[in-house]
This record gives sequence, C-alpha cells and structure tokens, in this order.
Amino acid sequence: MNSTPTDTDPGTGAGLGAETATAALALADDALILSHRLGEWAGHAPELEEDVALANIALDLLGQARILYTLVGDEDELAYLREERAFRNLQLVEQPNGDFAHTIARQLYFSTYQRLLYGRLATGDGPFAALAAKAVKEVDYHQDHAEQWTLRLGDGTAESHERMERACTALWRFTGEMFQPVGDGDGLDGVDRQELAESWLSSVTAVLRRATLTVPEGPRSGAWTAGAGRQGLHTESFGRMLAEMQHLHRSHPGASW
Amino acid sequence: METTAAAREAAFDTAVAADERIEPRDWMPEAYRASLVRQMAQHAHSEIIGMQPEANWITRAPSLRRKAILMAKVQDEAGHGLYLYSAAETLGTSRDELLDKLHAGRQKYSSIFNYPTLTWADVGAIGWLVDGAAITNQVPLCRCSYGPYARAMVRICKEESFHQRQGYESLLALSQGTPAQHEMAQDAVNRWWWPSLMMFGPPDDESAHSAQSMIWKIKRHSNDELRQRFVDICVPQAEALGLTLPDPDLKWNEERGQHDFGAIDWNEFREVLKGNGPCNEARISQRRRAHEEGAWVREAATAYAAKHSGDDSGGGSDAAGEVTA
Repeated sequence: MNSTPTDTDPGTGAGLGAETATAALALADDALILSHRLGEWAGHAPELEEDVALANIALDLLGQARILYTLVGDEDELAYLREERAFRNLQLVEQPNGDFAHTIARQLYFSTYQRLLYGRLATGDGPFAALAAKAVKEVDYHQDHAEQWTLRLGDGTAESHERMERACTALWRFTGEMFQPVGDGDGLDGVDRQELAESWLSSVTAVLRRATLTVPEGPRSGAWTAGAGRQGLHTESFGRMLAEMQHLHRSHPGASW
Repeated sequence: METTAAAREAAFDTAVAADERIEPRDWMPEAYRASLVRQMAQHAHSEIIGMQPEANWITRAPSLRRKAILMAKVQDEAGHGLYLYSAAETLGTSRDELLDKLHAGRQKYSSIFNYPTLTWADVGAIGWLVDGAAITNQVPLCRCSYGPYARAMVRICKEESFHQRQGYESLLALSQGTPAQHEMAQDAVNRWWWPSLMMFGPPDDESAHSAQSMIWKIKRHSNDELRQRFVDICVPQAEALGLTLPDPDLKWNEERGQHDFGAIDWNEFREVLKGNGPCNEARISQRRRAHEEGAWVREAATAYAAKHSGDDSGGGSDAAGEVTA
C-alpha cells in the first residue's frame, strides 16, 4: 500500500515492496486454493447445514484472496495464468478433500494458523493490518467450526474417531511449512514465527486432547518432510486441480466474463 | 361430533376464502396437509438437486468474481432447501422422512435439473431462464394460504431475484464478448428455453392437482397463465441480450396483447418426468451417495451430542446449524 517510489517494486502493480508482494501472494494463494477445495464439496456434504457452512468458509477465503491479489496485480491473471510452479500456497491447503474427517483436519490446522497469524498482523500497522482485522473475524468462525467438528468426530463414534485420527496423522507432516519464511525476506511484518508455531501447537494440542484424539508425533519439518509450497513445489494432485480451475479461462485468451 | 367436524371444516374454508393464513396449529383437512407436504417437499428437493448442475461449474468458473457469485448462489440453494424442509416440518413431516422419499424415488423434484450443464454459458442460462421461471411460479406463493410456506417464499424470492439478475448479466457479458462466447450463450439458450417452459407444468386441462390447489389458495394462477407471463417477460429480455429464442412460431399477437408461441413437446416432458431424462440417474445417485457417505458424520454428531448433553461445551447436535447465517 506504500506508494513512495523507493519502496516500489517494478514487478508489482500496486507499489508493494517485493517482500510484501511475495507475502501477499503466498497468503492469497493459500486462501484461493483452500477455497477451491472447499468449493468441491458443494452438493456432496454430509448434511445440508454443512453444504451451507463449507460454502460460507470458501466464500470468505475467496474474498480474502481477491483483496490480497489486488494488492499485487490483476486477480484473474494471478489466479488463472500462472503455472503450477509459480503458486506459493502451502501444500496443506492443496491436499484433496478426502473424507469429511480429512477436510476437517485440514481446516483445523489451517484455520488455527490463519487465526493466529491474522490476529498478529491485525495489531500491527503494516500493509496487511486492515485486511487481517476484517479477516480475523471470519477466521475465528472457521476455526470454531473446525474445532466443533473435531470434537464431534473425535469423541463421536468408534468409526468417526478412527477416521479423524487417521486424517490428523496424514496431514500432520504438512503443518511444519506454515512456520517457514514466505520468501527470501520477511514480508510478514516481523511476525515471530517461533512464537506463532508454539501458539499453534498448544492450541491444536488442546483441541485434539479434548476430542480424545492422539496428537500426532510424526515429523513436521526437515528436508525429507513435506513442505516447499512457498517455493513453488507442490504435490501431484495440485496440477490437476489447477488444470480444472484454469482451463476455461485459458481457452479464451483475453475474453471478459 | 359431526357438527364439530363440519364446523371446523367450515371455519377453515371461510378463513381460506377470506385470504387469512392457515398456521401450523390450526385445524386443516388432511388432503390440504398432504397436498402442501407434497408441494413443499418437491420444492425443497428441487433446491438441493438444483445445486448439482450449477456446482458442476464452481471449480471451472472463468473469473474469481464469477466463482464467488456462483458459490454464493449454490449456497443460497442449500439455504432454501433448509427453510423449505423446516417449513414442511411444521406439518409434521421430518426432513429425514422427506429425504428418504427423495432417495427412494417416491417424491419428485423439478424435471429441469435432469438436463446437463455442458458449458459455462449454461450457468447464465439457468440463472436467466430457470430462475426466471421459478420466480414467476413462486412470487404468487408468497401469498399462499399456508403461513410458514408463504413466509419462506418471501425470503426465497428475494434471493431468487438476485440469482436471475446475475444469470442475465453473465449471459449479457458472453453475448457481447468474443464470437466464441456469443455462440456459447446462444447454444445454452437454445437448449434451456423449452425445458424452462415445461417448468410451469402440464397444460391446464391435464394438470392433476391444479383445481383443488386453486380453491385452497396454495396456487393462485394456472400453469398456462404463468407460462404465458414468462414468455412475455423473456421476449424483450432476449432482444436486449442480443440472443434469439429457438421458436420460429414465437410472435406478438396484437389481438391478445400477448406472444403466441410454438407447441411444447409434452412427450419429452413426460419422458424426463418418468426418469428418462439425460441426468435423472446421475442426479439421484449423487444425492444418495452424498447422503450415504455422510451417514458416519451425522452418526458421530448424534453420538457426541448424547454424550455431552449434560455439559456446556457447546457441541450439541444443532451446533452445525448455527452457521447458516
């Protein structure tokens, strides 16, 4: 948002510094890709209330993504015309929906991170403060929705417990990436990632314990675990997701919709 | 006893004739109740089956703005389903019961949703024509004699009118876009026009439930009247869109002050109704699958609520329902 010439990166339309633009893109991609995955649930949810709720969350995330993209450039160019390797989202958010337990575990991990991150950004005076102040209210609800379902599935029936346990474990290895830097520099207003990681772990641990679930113990970071989405390295299903998302837009170059 | 029953019936008839609302606790003839349940269930089912053809394009919407609009629209439809199932519950029929009947093929939904959405322009055509026809049908229902249904329809019609406008606007963008986009829009209108006219139901002289529903003020206008109204609304809109309607017999009749239009293929209508439309099987299978695959989730919520009914952890079985704002 800073328009002084010295801070202007020629590569961005809105005069953001390069590091801030990288961070904006990373946050926008997280929101867009998770929104897209949640949109895949439409008409498939376990009950009508969840069709409404998952669409609600998807719409909030899409709204966040659109504001963030606009800070960087043209929203549709950024969403539809970049190749897979140019996307900066976490690998966590691109993971396929799986069963409802996987979707909820993904929501719990991500919305807890997003709530903590946006809570911190909202109290600063950086370029994301205004957006974060609005988004944090939405994300509070996302986190609560995920938490309520984690409790119901974890402490529901034997089957739901087992499914939720499996989902939490399967996605655990994607959670370390949330606390890695978003680019070469630090575009996130100096948010203390170590502290963020600790708050996240204690918050998620508390929910999992209340839900009678085991806190997964597998690795979350290190060269051989998942987690290079911020560098544009994604998982196999992501390319197919993008192909579906982008094909119509790309089939009509220059068209308006 | 007989005089009491006769008096109740007379009071009901008088109330309906005087345009008063019948409320859930009021006495009503069993046939009136059954007729309402049938109609409201079919309407609710149409909302939730109707999510499918449009949700088919959420993941491919060609701009973020269109993606957001489409997602909001499909979400509204789930919401409409919720209001309508709740309204039907006031007549003593649970949502589960109605869903079971839908899944077993014992209750119907609007036949229009048995047609496929083949291109992006179909999303616009559904908004303009299908939602347009639905509004024409539904606005009079806001004055339906049964209170909960009438009130649900007031909310629904407001949202439907937004849906119709977005569809029109989306088609306009296509029609005025590149030649390929224009062609896509015209093709979609060609495919959706006739099925939309069928949405008003069979001609008046063949309509099974119409006469009684009119007396009960569940219905206010005949099928043919509403169909004519819809055609008259669409003709100038099609012109403004720069698109044609696929009916060589469509022309203004000065004498009637209405448009004449060609013969509807009622054979196609009956076939689709019987289950032989292009998507009948796919729509109902997807609905059943979602329901069956979600069973363990609903069971978990029920089990959790039972375990925690005494505490205040906020995880009651209806907690998911709090998010429908």
